[in-house]
Amino acid sequence: MGFGPYLLLATLEGLVQAAVLSITAAGLSLVFGVMRVVNVAHGEFVMLGAVIAWFTASLLTGHPAMGFAAALLVSPLLVGAVAFASERVVLRRLDYNPEATIVATIGLLYILQQTVLLVYGPDARPVDPPFYYTIRFPWFGYSAYKLFVIGAAIVIMGGIWFVLQKTRAGLVMRAAQYDRETAQAFGIPVDRVSAWVFALGAMLAAIAGVLVVPIQQAHYLMGADPLLLSFIVVIIGGLGSMSGTVLAAVLVGLSDGIISMMFSPTLAKMVSTLLVALVLVFRPNGLLGKAAR
Amino acid sequence: MSRAAFARNAWLVLAVLAVLFSLQFVLPDYQVLMATRMMLLAVFALGFNALLGYVGLLSLGHALFFACGLYASGLTVYHFGWGLPAAFVFAVGASAVLALLIGAVALRTIRVSFMIVTLMFAQVGALTVLYFAAWTNGQEGLSLPASARVADLGVATLDLTDALTRYNIAYGLLAASLLILLVYLGSARGRIATAVRDNEGRTEMLGFNVFAAKLEMFVLSGAMSGAAGAAYGLLFGYLGATFASFQYSIEPLLFTLLGGAGTLLGPLVGVLFMVGLIDKLSELTTAYLLVIGVVLIVLILWFPKGILGTVRERWLPWLM
Amino acid sequence: MKIRSGLSNLSLPRRDVLKTIGGAAALLASPAVIRPGFAQEKTIRLGAPFHRTGIGASYGRWYERTANAAVALVNEAGGINGMQVEMIVEDDGTDPKRGSELIEKFATEYKVDAVFGHLFSHVVAASAPRAGELKMPYFICSEASLLGAGKLNRYTLQPGITDVRSQVKAMAPWIASTLGKKVTMIFPDYNFGHDHRDFFSAAIAEQGGEVVAKIAIPPTETSFTRYLPQIAPETEVIYHVMVGPAVLTFVKELGDYLGSQRPEIFGFIDSLEAVDFSTPQLSFLDGTYFWEANPRYAQAEQTPFDKFYREKVGVDANGASTADPKDISTYSHMFSVWETLFAIKQGMEACNYQGPANQKDLILAMEQITAFPESNEHPQGAKVFNGKLHQVFGSQCISKVEGGKLVVAHRTSVEDGMYESDVDYTKMDL
Repeated sequence: MGFGPYLLLATLEGLVQAAVLSITAAGLSLVFGVMRVVNVAHGEFVMLGAVIAWFTASLLTGHPAMGFAAALLVSPLLVGAVAFASERVVLRRLDYNPEATIVATIGLLYILQQTVLLVYGPDARPVDPPFYYTIRFPWFGYSAYKLFVIGAAIVIMGGIWFVLQKTRAGLVMRAAQYDRETAQAFGIPVDRVSAWVFALGAMLAAIAGVLVVPIQQAHYLMGADPLLLSFIVVIIGGLGSMSGTVLAAVLVGLSDGIISMMFSPTLAKMVSTLLVALVLVFRPNGLLGKAAR
Repeated sequence: MSRAAFARNAWLVLAVLAVLFSLQFVLPDYQVLMATRMMLLAVFALGFNALLGYVGLLSLGHALFFACGLYASGLTVYHFGWGLPAAFVFAVGASAVLALLIGAVALRTIRVSFMIVTLMFAQVGALTVLYFAAWTNGQEGLSLPASARVADLGVATLDLTDALTRYNIAYGLLAASLLILLVYLGSARGRIATAVRDNEGRTEMLGFNVFAAKLEMFVLSGAMSGAAGAAYGLLFGYLGATFASFQYSIEPLLFTLLGGAGTLLGPLVGVLFMVGLIDKLSELTTAYLLVIGVVLIVLILWFPKGILGTVRERWLPWLM
Repeated sequence: MKIRSGLSNLSLPRRDVLKTIGGAAALLASPAVIRPGFAQEKTIRLGAPFHRTGIGASYGRWYERTANAAVALVNEAGGINGMQVEMIVEDDGTDPKRGSELIEKFATEYKVDAVFGHLFSHVVAASAPRAGELKMPYFICSEASLLGAGKLNRYTLQPGITDVRSQVKAMAPWIASTLGKKVTMIFPDYNFGHDHRDFFSAAIAEQGGEVVAKIAIPPTETSFTRYLPQIAPETEVIYHVMVGPAVLTFVKELGDYLGSQRPEIFGFIDSLEAVDFSTPQLSFLDGTYFWEANPRYAQAEQTPFDKFYREKVGVDANGASTADPKDISTYSHMFSVWETLFAIKQGMEACNYQGPANQKDLILAMEQITAFPESNEHPQGAKVFNGKLHQVFGSQCISKVEGGKLVVAHRTSVEDGMYESDVDYTKMDL
């Protein structure tokens, strides 16, 4: 295969990864922005979303698109509920102390992962894509569903932008992010907002999980990679900055796609992880983020 | 700390060490093996606690140093045929140097950023092990050949396939680590470290170099973790990427929190409980790691001082 | 709790403290706490470290079911030398570190008579040295050519399944003459995959063919499209073997990538073990070939032995669980556990094995075995056992996908897979 088609395939793969990543990382970024806590269990919400998608799809017979659509609805709701509950039961009691919250979410990570192992088992299980079609390029074929994922990500990110910028709920969230105390003084129930934001972040992760499961299959250990990559994206994009997150997701997704194809996927991960550690040290607010408050 | 309190702590450590030494005469085979592992993991946790408990820095990447020790010792033995004592010393040195480099960078960050940066560095370490599979044999790992299972100390040769020999080496390492920490913490330098933990700003204003104090402890912590890793690899003869994984960064945190961060013997107590519990649970269910999650959350919500931390608060205020 | 009171109350006499701690440890330690009644009568205890979790989990589940069926059968027929067989299963997480630690646990805590059932070669590679060190008979149900390479030890044996070197040697002539000579190989990047790479490259070169591209994929990878452009344009045959939870993704992405103008494809069934063939995205596999050791779908000429074995394990004619047609077995591998157990039985009977004191006799007796005839005990087929090499040799099937089922197109003879080796484990220390 010539260099052109090679690059095309690498770009497509990179864009698909960027698409899923931007949704996942948006959730992490939102939680960090508003609550100022780092959620290490975020990857497990992706996994939980995928696993619930499998349960939903396997309960419904008929056209695969039915099962997929149902999963897209049920999965984020259930995952959001789990997140809401864990926020109320655990995180709130810690008063969002950053260090304690990280330790608690590590605990949550193990609890979610191992509970899924108990209930769902150690196998990887597939969910049928809503449609099955392969686009034929002269040099290779490419699954149309993967292109659909890119489209879906654009729609969802648009939706997030709309909610944050144009609705009252978004205003409340932005206020809480900008200045917790002042927001509280203006009668915004910051405490309850936190629970909803945590749930919303998890729901975004779950949506990413549902979108990815026809490509990847649901497996109890699938949460590690999305977590690491979202960390990378959120840190490079600037902690809490939504537009930075999207930009970084595209950057990381594309460069990862291309470096993995030209060199080695392990090397790609090593480079981006090291880069991120250094960004955190030398540009603590990310490449695009504003000064932290 | 008063001289009397220090003496009490010293006696307590010596008493615990005496008990641990005599255990080898009463424990059945498998428990000797488990106790050997526990003592090595306790050294790892002691190193972790030196950082968390005494300067208040929570690292999420200590697997990096454990794995550094493991591979630095194991690979020199495996590829270059080094003797075990030389490999061990080299590994401790390598871990200390790595800790110096990582610490010099990571200590520029604080709190959450420090946690994430250490996590990221450890992740790079784990990927490095996989990437240089030609040397490390990646996920599969390496088993040290039978010929390398003997330590030649000049005056005596030690057969590492013998369970009691391994027990006593692990015991020796644990004893050395405890005594080093005891002396260090009792010294003036140790008091600077705890001053940093208690009030960083004031310590700095008093004219102490806070960064240097942190870095010193970071290096001590890394070297101790590396020593634990090196001994683990050499005693049991297996090097694998599992040792560099995230779980190996979490375990010392878990041991330390459970036993009591900032108590000298806390990590040891934490290891005894947790490793024993995990081993028993693994017989009952495949999802035994669930217990890590539950214990972490219970500790952080209701029991943040851990076992010995609570003991100190309620009954023995002189505990170090 | 006792340890804690022991520490905080040093006024107790030390002997008491010791006793308390020792007692607590012994209580925690004793398997009798969890398994009351086991230690009573004399039994044969077999340690079974299966891959219940991790990348080998689907294999592990079926290895365990197969082993349970085989143990039940042995016990119904009176056990071994009049003793019932008791199997102690623990999960090794398909992790080499835990695999080797389990060998220690089986040897020192449970004090078993033998250990059997490890499959993934990286786990075997880490565990075998421990077994040798602890002088624990260790029966592997793997495929990697570690034994043939002389890398293991006197206490490690593989009497249940043929190794990769033998498999590819037996099949290379057929591949070269039927499918093509320019081969692109896709394999997992650890020693099992490296065995495929090395031994198949040599075997196809002997047939006048060559490997034009070698694509190594990390065993924990979940996304594969990015590797596929490495398939060389002149490829006549794609040779794939993949393991782990993402195998289905791998095959689907291969199908998407290749489309209809695909070269010939020869896969190891490992790439689709425990996976249902009747998935629309797998329709491109129609007309391609797979290696199987034991045909997943009951063939027209099914032997009564295969029928018996399927029934006992609970597998239907499509290779799925009789309890759940969606639960597909790892049919091509799991017979090795069954056959290994009966091989252990044969060895123990030959030396009148009575307990761990006879472990050395068991190894010697195993080394005397030369063949396993096709039978209910060895349903995959007749086998030749090389006592010096500790390795068994059997026949292989090449099956064609026809209408979503695998139909055996060619079956090699046992001799096709025999290779020369100067490794002799019987000369090593016992």
